[in-house]
Amino acid sequence: MLEDVSSLFHGFGVALQPYNLGLMVLGIVLGVIIGVLPGLGGANGIAILLPLTFSMPPTSAIIMLSCIYWGALFAGAITSVLFNIPGEPWSVATTFDGHPMAQQGKAGEALTAAFTSSFIGALFAVIVITLVAPLVATFALQFGPAEQFSVYFLAFCSFVGMSKEPPFKTVVSMMIGFALAAVGLDSMTGQLRLTFGFTPLLTGFDFLIAVIGLFGIGEILLSMEEGLRFRGKAAGINPKVVWQTWKELPSYWMTSLRSCLIGCWMGISPAGATPASFMSYGIAKRVSKRGHNFGKGEIEGVVAPETAAHAAGTSALLPMLSLGVPGSPTAAVLLGGLLIWGLQPGPLLFVEQKDFVWGLIASMYLGNLVGLVIVLTMVPLFAAILRIPFSIIAPIILVICAIGAFTVHNSTFDVILMLVFGVVGYVMKKCDYPLAPMVLAIVLGDKAEENFRQSLLASQGSLGIFWSNALVSSIMALGLIALFWPMISNGIARLRGTVPSQA
Amino acid sequence: MSDLSPQARRGPSQRNVEIGVASATALFGIVVMIGSIQAGINWGAEGPRAGFFPFYIGLAIVISSVINLASAFREITREELFADWGQLRSVLSVVIPTAIYVATMPYLGIYLTSMLLIATFMLWLGRYPWGMIIAVALGVPALTYMTFERWFLVPLPKGPIEYWLGL
Repeated sequence: MLEDVSSLFHGFGVALQPYNLGLMVLGIVLGVIIGVLPGLGGANGIAILLPLTFSMPPTSAIIMLSCIYWGALFAGAITSVLFNIPGEPWSVATTFDGHPMAQQGKAGEALTAAFTSSFIGALFAVIVITLVAPLVATFALQFGPAEQFSVYFLAFCSFVGMSKEPPFKTVVSMMIGFALAAVGLDSMTGQLRLTFGFTPLLTGFDFLIAVIGLFGIGEILLSMEEGLRFRGKAAGINPKVVWQTWKELPSYWMTSLRSCLIGCWMGISPAGATPASFMSYGIAKRVSKRGHNFGKGEIEGVVAPETAAHAAGTSALLPMLSLGVPGSPTAAVLLGGLLIWGLQPGPLLFVEQKDFVWGLIASMYLGNLVGLVIVLTMVPLFAAILRIPFSIIAPIILVICAIGAFTVHNSTFDVILMLVFGVVGYVMKKCDYPLAPMVLAIVLGDKAEENFRQSLLASQGSLGIFWSNALVSSIMALGLIALFWPMISNGIARLRGTVPSQA
Repeated sequence: MSDLSPQARRGPSQRNVEIGVASATALFGIVVMIGSIQAGINWGAEGPRAGFFPFYIGLAIVISSVINLASAFREITREELFADWGQLRSVLSVVIPTAIYVATMPYLGIYLTSMLLIATFMLWLGRYPWGMIIAVALGVPALTYMTFERWFLVPLPKGPIEYWLGL
């Protein structure tokens, strides 16, 4: 424990180096810009910029990329409050009360509340990461292939059980991801598979291309279909408004704390920031004495979803760092980055790459603080970016996505693939197929398969190895519970004699 | 968003598209299974062979697709629209120029094609004055060149014009 504290302070030393501090500010600004633009979210923004960091030292690279992520999380609030357009899915719940507040001329209050809540949510999650991640990592060091596979199993089952999309659509999306990951060279036997003699497929599908296509191009197509037109409210933030809002916020400490806990829980299990923000909003509405006022511009209705979304977005990095299992698509992209820089994500990171891990954790504290200052002072500038007409922004985003896709492997075939993924992503999204499980499966597919086959090798092909000791059985059992959770909760509700809300 | 009543809007139905998507994923699953069988799905000297894991993945895709197909037939009404033709036209107005963009990029390089893409969009969808179109269409690739090739030393695809200019 004490050793961790000293490592953390060493980490602060790393993060506070002028070069890293500069990258932090650059990352936040880029992140906010990426977050306010349609079609450029956290996940694919980082995917596009990842190749630029190949020449940097890994610690500096991850500091910049994670700061892009914080920036994108902050940015969601700007578009929701001022334009009633959620820039990111997790800020949908923020529009419910944030935009009415802006219409009443209280945009400054709403934005201050949103940014401050984001900061508090993130801070809470970073503290959780600081305290819990090293413990989880120490514990996970004992994992063999079977245990490691069971952790992946748990992560993917939670996706199926927890997502709001139909379960078999989630399964299809995830399995397509696994299949795409399998294309190319088999890492265990060195044999080629699923390439059907087509040369560009020899190297397989890169998840970065999938992310840029599915989230970037797909999002632009959706925006085109909706005929996007921005009609925003003016953004006025001055120190007086900020100060007054800050004086009011402590009275919502209970909502904040509850949202932090919901956010961390949902972020660590791969449910993610979006359901966390909705759940937190829903509970706050039911519990609060001002609940009847929710939806009409209640500041508590901004605090609840923003705190939870940011807590979830941040805590999604906990399983990525300590287990090598990302909790969100963005965390998955960061994990892919680690692999490219030659770092092995997972428990060994805490032993072998202390500088890297603690530099990253320290940068989470600092990055969120820097982010809060930047967004509070620069809101009008970011809002101005949103006023650039879509017919100018759209082709520029297309060009940026194409450059991002090309630079991954210096291949123009990847750019074509990106467009294919974009069209597929658009159709899938319109048909309620979730995209996040597919991306996660592409990233984790090889690792999951490797662990699965190594386990089977050890057991001579018997699936019994996944139930061979208390640890692996309990993780597998948790996975099955998560998988069948909708049925289980339905059953419990029926036993209690209440009618489930949706049959 | 259109405020016309659903009857007045025309376009492909959600049901047909969902049926199409489920069939496509099923087909994809079958392709994966065939590819896996070619790679070998049984046990070899080195343990499970290369096609072992993807075979079951393919099988899971096929089974789930069939279930999705059944629920598309059962649960979605015929009236529900995927999108109306006007909306699809706007989507295609992005897809088609982008398709030309990515197809010509290997031959013409990224700079010239990007200029054309941006200019086309601004002319077609925005109808901006020429001065502004030229400024944006030249400015963005120039900025890209400085950022990527000069500062980050990442080479981007170039065509005959860049070689002629000696860049």
